[in-house]
Amino acid sequence: MLVLENIVTHYGNIQALKGISLKINKGEIVTIIGANGAGKTTTLKTICSLVKPTSGKIFFEGNDITSKHTSDIVEAGIALVPEGRRVFPKMTVMENLSLGAYLNNDRNKIKNDLEKVFDLFPVLKNRLKQVSGTLSGGEQQMLAMGRALMARPKLLLLDEPSMGLAPKIVSNIFDIIQQINSEGTTILLVEQNAQMALSIANKGYVMETGRFILEDSANTLLNNEEVKKAYLGES
Amino acid sequence: MFFEQIINGLALGSTYSLIALGYTMVYGILELINFAHSEIYMTGAFIGLTMVTVYKVPFPIALLISMAGSCILGVCIEKAAYKPLRKANRIAPLISAIGVSIFLQNLALIIAGPQARAFPKNFKVTTIQVGSLFKISSIQLLILLVSIVLMIGLHFLINKTKIGQAIRATAQDKETAQLMGIKIDRIISLTFAIGSALGGAAGVLVGVYFNSVDPMMGFFPGLKGFVAAVLGGIGNIPGAMVGGLILGLVEVIGAVYMSQYKDAIAFAVLIIILLLKPTGLLGQKVQEKV
Ligand SMILES: Nc1ncnc2c1ncn2[C@@H]1O[C@H](COP(=O)(O)OP(=O)(O)OP(=O)(O)O)[C@@H](O)[C@H]1O
Ligand SMILES: [Mg+2]
Repeated sequence: MLVLENIVTHYGNIQALKGISLKINKGEIVTIIGANGAGKTTTLKTICSLVKPTSGKIFFEGNDITSKHTSDIVEAGIALVPEGRRVFPKMTVMENLSLGAYLNNDRNKIKNDLEKVFDLFPVLKNRLKQVSGTLSGGEQQMLAMGRALMARPKLLLLDEPSMGLAPKIVSNIFDIIQQINSEGTTILLVEQNAQMALSIANKGYVMETGRFILEDSANTLLNNEEVKKAYLGES
Repeated sequence: MFFEQIINGLALGSTYSLIALGYTMVYGILELINFAHSEIYMTGAFIGLTMVTVYKVPFPIALLISMAGSCILGVCIEKAAYKPLRKANRIAPLISAIGVSIFLQNLALIIAGPQARAFPKNFKVTTIQVGSLFKISSIQLLILLVSIVLMIGLHFLINKTKIGQAIRATAQDKETAQLMGIKIDRIISLTFAIGSALGGAAGVLVGVYFNSVDPMMGFFPGLKGFVAAVLGGIGNIPGAMVGGLILGLVEVIGAVYMSQYKDAIAFAVLIIILLLKPTGLLGQKVQEKV
């Protein structure tokens, strides 16, 4: 469904991605784990064309989407839940959700999608008029995810959804990610919480300083000695 | 007498509001002070004047054509002078703005000459007596009506339409706005277009009000429009509206007592308000949780 071929991305002179390749099949949950500054966020931003790769190609459902306009990529069916949630802080919950459906002009579909989002995140339904900047971190994460779902993505990119959240909320969010996946959305999940991420993923990539140093099924990675040492807090 | 000063103040102030909206909208999106805005205002006045004197079109049509012309000028300025510098450091577009401003002033000097021109009124000017309280001239009424209609229209556009929502989203977070599928380049152009159209309208209205149009006419109103925007909280649309009205009122009423300081009053007000509330009257920072 999504294929990255040898992607190199620079910020000025800094090479943040040093030629990465990745493949996601339809229906999968794939995770990228890695330490701070490894290049995980950059990978997602490059897919969405928020930063342009210096070289390499990106294919989505067989079409070359490299450096296409971000709005075209969203329209093609990729949505990103950005690192740090990035809800529009001065807007209400409802406005944030309706912005998620910006490219959708079918009111009936939007209504349906809203109901689906409320099923997944019942808290949002009671807070439609609340200004988003005043939501708790967990609620903001849910709003950011709900907003992304309003775009009806085929592929959902999640950048550290567990960041800064209490363990109970994290496991709730991860349950919801699995549920979203079971309803047919393919998922690319970037996480520092490797344990959680690998436990729900089919496949994992381990990233270090702009490269994938390991790529395997999630189960194999969970039992890999190196991964255990570096990312699962075991020694 | 007092009520008439209020009317004078509101009429003048509503033109400041229109100008302030252009500054504040552009600032809200790009964090840029569009110093060329006062020349868009001046150009608007000249377009309106030309329409009335050369092409003899009725005033409302002249106003609309002037708004359209200002709108095109604003978008061209954005594309030519600001867009190429969007990734540069913050001082570069500011210098570019000042450059455009000087360029347009001189262009107007070459085309129109330095002398001020009268703005012939091709509609009947009357004075309307409202009860025993006050009189209002039809020009003031026109200014107030046009300003109010434009501001209500803008308010509706920004708060009730999808485009307005996209403008607000872009102002709050450009990167995330793009992830919603918003084409932010278009939104930025649109913002310049709207702000410039309002500025051009203000130019025509003031031209008629003071019966004078000249290439340097943008300087003080531009500055005061900017003051009004800062006063209301730069980037804040209702703030610009309120800021303009307050400034107009204070200026007119202040001038009754110390007419020689008319232009200084605006800045005195600005300093006082910023000392009391540094973000401006309606400006605020929403805490973002991470
Ligand atoms: N806008 C930027 N300008 C310059 N360098 C950047 C920029 N964004 C990221 N980088 C650099 O690129 C590298 C990869 O950053 P990235 O944000 O992709 O890492 P990450 O894996 O997402 O880290 P984290 O887990 O902390 O979010 C880092 O060295 C970072 O300093
Ligand atoms: Mg990151």
